[in-house]
Formats: sequence, C-alpha cells, structure tokens
Amino acid sequence: MPNHQIDPNNWVKSYSDYLFNYTITRVNDRDIAQDLISETFLAGLKSMANFKGEASERTWLISILKRKIIDHYRKINSNKGKAEVRMGYLNNEEAEGDWLEERVADPFDKTAEDTLENSELGDAIHDCIDKLPEKQADVFKMKTILGYDTETICNELEITASNLWVIIHRARTSLADCMEENWF
Amino acid sequence: MKQSFLFINCDEAKHICDKAQYGEASSWERVKLTIRLAYCRVTQSYSSKNSKLTESIEKAEVKCLKAEERKKIENQFKAELTKQQQNN
Repeated sequence: MPNHQIDPNNWVKSYSDYLFNYTITRVNDRDIAQDLISETFLAGLKSMANFKGEASERTWLISILKRKIIDHYRKINSNKGKAEVRMGYLNNEEAEGDWLEERVADPFDKTAEDTLENSELGDAIHDCIDKLPEKQADVFKMKTILGYDTETICNELEITASNLWVIIHRARTSLADCMEENWF
Repeated sequence: MKQSFLFINCDEAKHICDKAQYGEASSWERVKLTIRLAYCRVTQSYSSKNSKLTESIEKAEVKCLKAEERKKIENQFKAELTKQQQNN
C-alpha cells in the first residue's frame, strides 16, 4: 500500500545536498552537477502525477537524476569517445609493446569496490547530517565539508566563535552516534 | 575548582579534540589533550569516535552545495513551482 507523500516545497531544502553529493561523484563538475539537480527537480515537478508513493521521495528523485546523468553522458560521449579512440595505443606502431607496462594495474588506484563503498559511506553520512537540527547541519557542512574558516562562518551566520564550537561539538556528537548505529 | 594549567577537565578536552579535527588546536592545547587522554576513558572514547568520524568524511569525500549555489537552485525551482501552482 502506498504510504509516501510528495511535497515539492521541501525538495531543495531536504534533498539538494544528497543529490549533489550523488551527482558530483559521477560527473566531477560542480556546475554540471547543479544543472542536473535543477533539471531533476523540474522533471520531478512535471511528473508528480506518476509518483505512486511506493518509494520515498528521495529514491524517486534519485531515479530521475540517474536518467539525467545517463543523458548527460550520452550527449558528451560521442565526441569524447572518438577522441579517446584516436589516442589509442594500437594506432601507434612505434610505441608497440609500451602499453603492456603502462596498463598494469596501479595497486594504489581505486577499485570499483572502493568507489562503491565510499559512495555508500557518503550516503550514510548525508543521512545522518539530515537528522541534525538545521543550524547544526549548516554550521557542520560549512566547517567540515566546505572547509570555510571559523571567522567566515561566524560573520555569515552572525554567531560567536564559542557558539560555533558548541554547535560543532553537538553536531559531531550526534553524527558519531548516528554513524555508530548505522555504519561502523 | 581551580583549574590547573596542565590538567584540563573533560569538557575542555572535548573542545580541544574538536578543534584538533580541523587542525585548529595549538601545540599547547594538544599537549594538554594528550595528558588527559592518558588517564580519562571518557575523553579516550570521545576522541576515538571523533577521529573515526573525520576519517569517514575524508574517505567518502563528501560534498555539498554552497549556500549561494543552493539559493540559485531554489530560486529557479520556486519560480517553476509557483507557475505550476497558478496553472492548477
């Protein structure tokens, strides 16, 4: 029985960071990621009638976003793909054999499994951040994820440095507990 | 109770531990934290959880939107949402 509700008024506030984290790991470009998220929200708005409530809003939006990411790669793939083929080792007879050595797996390179685990870890962290009170989440993200310095955050949010550290402490304590429960 | 210049209480130790996660604890603060860590289990537990959290965030390379980026998406979406609500 469908039990999830849809409310686009909260989409940007509730899901934009989660969708951004999902997208940036796949497209590696902040501007493109933002465009894809905007397109996703707009597509979601247009197809709200198709939301059956069987999955959560977030899962539903992610499924739209996945299609947007695939479309993005389809669009750029033709040109990029051709360029890569032209640069292929097999086309250069003088360098024959070099590719064997160069293609040996780098032991320090990330494996698909690592990437997947890191992506799931990222999702778990975002899930825990979403459970924080808004102010704590904002301060934590600015300080920890965006790497803003204390003074900038204090000026922007009009708080004192000691307030900031109290908020950070509360946020970190809640997050550590949440991660302990759900991940570690 | 009068505070010693070398021995700190648990709250101060946790505060220094938080600052240390961002590389903002001074050398002297780190010395005081190290001393506290040698005998206080509460601080040890907090420090271990705190470091684990930092490691996880670094490992996952978590990203999020800047306030102005979110605002831009929000304005764009709100305009569309208002348009849709007016049409209904």
